[in-house]
Amino acid sequence: MNASLNYLDGNAAAGELSKVFAVDITSAEGQCGHCGARRRFAEAHLYSHCPGLVARCALCGHVLLRFASVRGRVFLDLRGMTYLKVDAAKQEEAGS
Amino acid sequence: MEGTAVLERVTWRVAKVVAMRDETATARTLALAVSDWPGQVAGQHVDVRLTAPDGYSAVRSYSIASAPSSDGRIEITVERLPNGEVSPYLTQKVAVGDELELRGPIGGWFVWRNDQTEPIQLVAGGSGIVPLMAMIRSRGSAGNGAPFRLLYSVREPETVFYRDELRTLSSQGDSVVITYAYTRVVPNHWPRPAGRIDAPLMATGTWPSTLRPTSYVCGPTSFVEHATDLLIAAGHDREKIRTERFGATGERK
Repeated sequence: MNASLNYLDGNAAAGELSKVFAVDITSAEGQCGHCGARRRFAEAHLYSHCPGLVARCALCGHVLLRFASVRGRVFLDLRGMTYLKVDAAKQEEAGS
Repeated sequence: MEGTAVLERVTWRVAKVVAMRDETATARTLALAVSDWPGQVAGQHVDVRLTAPDGYSAVRSYSIASAPSSDGRIEITVERLPNGEVSPYLTQKVAVGDELELRGPIGGWFVWRNDQTEPIQLVAGGSGIVPLMAMIRSRGSAGNGAPFRLLYSVREPETVFYRDELRTLSSQGDSVVITYAYTRVVPNHWPRPAGRIDAPLMATGTWPSTLRPTSYVCGPTSFVEHATDLLIAAGHDREKIRTERFGATGERK
């Protein structure tokens, strides 16, 4: 097994992130705090074979998000992104 | 209790198994009636949670295979993985009438909406066909005439999901153009030897990049990487390629 290919897309984090966010942030655009790339969060590389989830920039590999849910508490680290842009109108229409 | 407010956001619904059918020797479709199901968009997935008597629980993501409908029912197709924790139960043990816990619909990016009219290129590796089948079915039930093509890579002919339905679809005039790629065993008299998708097959089996299709690529991570590289090499805009990777094992966690 090639360890470097052992990741998923940011899409796969949507269920866990729904514990915290009222809207689906995987379809939101985020900016990498390291290389400045602006992409949908769904396009990040997601590593789930660790305690919690780690999302990395698909371009430079910088950590964008760390998420852990432990005994009813959620730990969330978002400092790897400079912003997230959520299309709230589309969210209401999708109903999810 | 501290943390309660956070956890209230999570909605686990009860889903009752109402029908089952085998797609291949190792894959089974489960039809589920879900309480208070809000409806979904083609391409979305659900998380299924199984809890053992001792409290140990496991959550896995499964793409929805069925088109959106108003009857509160969805279908998922589960591929059995030899060392899986959840898929052997869902494909061998579960019975009609059993109840599962389910969270969803999930994901707003890897989706196809009925108001999209541009050409659509679907690229599936193995069980990656499932969310793409939801898009094909959604197109059909909505009467949307968007030009669809499907490039479907499978190990051998017996591992094709939804075989009869796809055959019927491809024989209809205004329908989905389907190209198969066989990586291990090919059907009799098949013109191309077994092997993974390459540039010539990508050129003949997909829309030309000049049509500016939106592409949806789904399958194991290595397959998605390979297929996406080929699409980009063929001139497709990376911005128009959406991907859903199942990981190295095929069982998403």
